[in-house]
Amino acid sequence: MKIQEYQAKELFSAYDVPVPEGKVAESIDEAVSIAEKMKGFPVAIKAQILAGGRGKGGGVKIAHSSEEFKEKTKQILGMNLITPQTEKQGERVGKVLVEQGVDIDKELYLSLVFDRSSSKVAIIASMAGGMDIEEVAEKYPEKIVKVRINPLLGIQPYHARQVAFGLDLPSGARKELISILNKLYKFYQEKDCNLLEINPLVLTKQEELLAMDAKVNFDDSALFRQKELSEYQETSQEHPLEVEANKYGLNYIKMEGNVGNMVNGAGLAMATMDMIKQVGANPANFLDVGGGANAEMVENGFRIILQDENVKCVLVNIFGGILRCDVLANGVVQAAERTGLNVPVVIRMEGTNVEEGRRILADSGLDFRLAKDLNEASQKISEFAN
Amino acid sequence: MSIFVNNDTRVVVQGITGREGQFHAAQCISYGTNVVAGSTPGKGGQEIEGVPVVNTVQEAVSEYSANCSLIFVPPPFAADAILEAVDAGIKTIVTITEGIPVMDMLKVKNYLQGTDVVLIGPNCPGIITPGEAKVGIMPGAIHQRGKIGVISRSGTLTYEVVYQLTQQGIGQSTCLGIGGDPVTGVNYLDCLHAFENDPETRGIVMVGEIGGDAEEKAAEYVHTKVSKPVVGFIAGLTAPPGKRMGHAGAIISGGSGTAQAKIEAMRKGGIEVCEDLGSFGDMCSQVFV
Repeated sequence: MKIQEYQAKELFSAYDVPVPEGKVAESIDEAVSIAEKMKGFPVAIKAQILAGGRGKGGGVKIAHSSEEFKEKTKQILGMNLITPQTEKQGERVGKVLVEQGVDIDKELYLSLVFDRSSSKVAIIASMAGGMDIEEVAEKYPEKIVKVRINPLLGIQPYHARQVAFGLDLPSGARKELISILNKLYKFYQEKDCNLLEINPLVLTKQEELLAMDAKVNFDDSALFRQKELSEYQETSQEHPLEVEANKYGLNYIKMEGNVGNMVNGAGLAMATMDMIKQVGANPANFLDVGGGANAEMVENGFRIILQDENVKCVLVNIFGGILRCDVLANGVVQAAERTGLNVPVVIRMEGTNVEEGRRILADSGLDFRLAKDLNEASQKISEFAN
Repeated sequence: MSIFVNNDTRVVVQGITGREGQFHAAQCISYGTNVVAGSTPGKGGQEIEGVPVVNTVQEAVSEYSANCSLIFVPPPFAADAILEAVDAGIKTIVTITEGIPVMDMLKVKNYLQGTDVVLIGPNCPGIITPGEAKVGIMPGAIHQRGKIGVISRSGTLTYEVVYQLTQQGIGQSTCLGIGGDPVTGVNYLDCLHAFENDPETRGIVMVGEIGGDAEEKAAEYVHTKVSKPVVGFIAGLTAPPGKRMGHAGAIISGGSGTAQAKIEAMRKGGIEVCEDLGSFGDMCSQVFV
C-alpha cells in the first residue's frame, strides 16, 4: 500500500523525524490561509498524488509572493498531472501540500528498503540527493553508502555511524542523522514498511536535517496488524473494476487488450496472458481466482471480465487442483445464465474432476467453446480476437 | 533417491484442525504419505483423519518421531509456527500459507541462516516425490515416478508443466514449489544443487516468473555448477511494470525483474527456454532423451 507525501510526513512527525512546517489543502482558499500563517516566502506547493516524478510534470512549484502563490496553486490544484510514473491519462490533483521554504545547503538521499537478495533491511544513502537513486547508482556508484541490517538484531550503532560518515556531514548534523536513522528504522519495523524513501533529505544552512520529501510503501500482507493505516487507504485511483474485484477477494488487474481471461493461480494466469499475446492478441486483464475459489468467486470473476467493454472474447484456463473443475463449471454456467453470453467463451480445463466439469458445461445448453489443451485454446482465441 | 522427502518422511501437519489443514492431510494420507501427527494448540488429544492431534510440535517429534512439517497455519501465526518447528528439531518444513508479512519472514529467514533446516515456501504448493511422499496441496494423480526434477515459484503453472511431462511419458524424481513470496526458504540454487547431487535425477525443469533476480542467479549457477540438462519457462512477458501479479513477489520494479531479462540470462547460462507453454512437454521430450 502506498500513501501520499503529506500522510507519510504526518507519520514521520509522530516518530519525531524532522519535516518542514506544512499542511495539506483541498482548495485555494484553504491553501492561502495556510501560507499566510507561515514565517514568510518562499513557500512550496506540492501536488499530492501517489506516482513519483511530480516535479518533472509541473506538480511542484515554489512561490516567492502571495500573488505568485495563488497563481501557482491554481495551476496545480485540480490539474491532471502527467509524470513519467503515472498512467498516460495522468492523475487528478485533489490536494496540495503547502510547505515553508528552507535554505538548502545540501541535498542528500536516504532510504530504507527490504533487500530481497540478502533478506535484510538495507539503508541506502547518498550525497547526490534530488536525483533518482538508479541514476546515481549508474553514474556515481562511489557516492552510494549501503548497510544491511539483520532484522533479528535491529539497527546497531555502527550501522548508523557508517552511513553518517559516508555522507561527509558536519559533526552536528552527523549526530542528528544518527538519531534520525534510529527513528526511521523503528518506524520501518513497527509499521511493516517495505520501502521508505526520503529524496531529498536536506541539510539546511543552519545545519539542520529535514525530510523534504517522503515516500512510504507498506507491506500489504501486514495490513491486518496495522489497523490505523486503513484511514490512509485510497481506492479512488484504482480502476472501478479492480475495486469491485477486490471486494470479492479476486486478484484482478485491468489491462488494455481485448481478450478477457480467468485463470486459477498467479503463475498460470501470467503464462495464459503471455499465450494470448503470442497469437497476436492482447490480454484485457489479469485475473487469478485463486486456488481455493468457490462457484461464487468464479461467477463474480466472470461477470467482472464481461463488464469490460473492450472484451471481444474470453479464455477460461483452469488447472483443477484444490479448485475442482466441476465447481468451476458450475460458477461459469451460473454467471453466463445471469449475464448472458455476448462474446465467445473458450474454456480449457484439466485436473481434478475434469470429466464432471466438461459434462456440466455440455449439459448447460450454453455456447461454450471447449478446448482440449492449451494449443487448441490459443488457436481458438486467435480466430476470435483477430 | 529423490530430494528432501521420501519413504522415510514422517509428517506432522501444523494447523490440522483448520478446514484446509484437514482436507489436505486427508489427501496426503490417501496418496500414501506417512502423516504421523497433527498439531493445533489446545486441541491435543483429538484424532483427525485417523491421525493423533498434539498441542505442540515438540510432542509430535518426541512421541511420534515426526521429521517433516506441513504448515497450514493462518498468516498472523505462521512465522511462529515455522520457528516452533525449527526449535523442535524438524529438518524439513513445508509452508503452504499465503500472505505472511515480509518482516516476519525476514526474521525467520535470518534465524535459519547457518542451520541445516530445509524450509520450502511459504506461499507454495509443497513438494512431492511421486510414489513415496506428497507433502503439499498438488493433485497427486498428475505425477509419475521418474528422473526429472521440477522446481517452480508457482502452483497451478507447475501442475500444468508436470501434467505435460507425464503426458509425454516423462516421470519426475521430485517436484517442488519454492513459493511466490519475496522471501522464501530454499531457492533455486539450493534445489539445483540437490538435484545435481541426486543420482536418480537426470534432468531439471525450472519454472520462473517476473520479479526479483532469483532466476538470473540460478542461470549463473547452472552455467558453472550443473551438468544435467535444464529446461526453463518464465511467466509474465506481458505483465505491466509496477503491478503485483497475484504473487506478492511477482512485480517488475524499476525496470528490473522482467521476463525478457530472465529468459536471456537463462539462455546465457545454457538453459533451454521454452516460450510457448503449450509445447513445453514436446520440448522436454526432445531435450531429455
